[in-house]
Amino acid sequence: MKTNNNKIKEKELIVKSKTNNLSEIRDFVYAAASDAGISADVIENIILAVDEACTNIIKHAYKSFPEGEIIIKIKYSDKKFTIVIIDHGAPFKPETIPDPDLQKYYLQHRIGGLGMYLMKSLMDEVKYVSVPGKYNQVMLSKNLNVSH
Amino acid sequence: MAEFSTSVKTAGEVNIIYLKGYLDAHTAPVLENTFSNLIDKGDYSLVVNFKDLNYISSAGLGVFMAFIEKIRDNKGDIKLSSMSDKVFNIFDLLGFPLLYEIFKTEDEAINKFKEIKKLEDQ
Repeated sequence: MKTNNNKIKEKELIVKSKTNNLSEIRDFVYAAASDAGISADVIENIILAVDEACTNIIKHAYKSFPEGEIIIKIKYSDKKFTIVIIDHGAPFKPETIPDPDLQKYYLQHRIGGLGMYLMKSLMDEVKYVSVPGKYNQVMLSKNLNVSH
Repeated sequence: MAEFSTSVKTAGEVNIIYLKGYLDAHTAPVLENTFSNLIDKGDYSLVVNFKDLNYISSAGLGVFMAFIEKIRDNKGDIKLSSMSDKVFNIFDLLGFPLLYEIFKTEDEAINKFKEIKKLEDQ
């Protein structure tokens, strides 16, 4: 809803699915979150959550294929900061990813699920939509103005 | 592009790895190489100094998990030191303090290795 004192701003970035674009993605999120007046600590958490989401897309949705597209849309007002990330890679079933168990990883020499766990821990809301053959979408949001 | 580099200093039987910059999925292979090179030389007593690390994502944390068992199988360890609160919080959130000793200073981490060595020599 648009009101005079709650103006919604939108920004968009489209990058190829390469890990060397992660720093550009972080800079993009930083610029928008700073503009939204979010505190430094919270900005860092949002940046990390978006990095994790995009890293998962690069590694799992596009399986490191470098020409896939990642579309990052940021929408914010003084109440809420929302990032929607869209890819056209392999369909993703978030419910199949368990919370990480470090003791188990220790024995298995592998690690996974940490990114999603961080996203859920650092953001107020993480929501996945996957339309097989079409797109995956993850929405991350942080409520601002938590004083009441 | 994110900048990340490592440098290694030897202090007796302990090697100290200094991390600098941004450790993410793009730069994690740099740290993997550093660990691999040390392990290939038979260096298993490692301190990682986080003083100049600005950023870490789970891809960076994964590197520590990838090497720790081999290192401990060879009577070594990875001890961590000098983390900023921000970096420590991420380690803490994922439960890493249960698996790794984290020290305020590099010297404390080095001394821990020396104490263990002393006990073994007795």
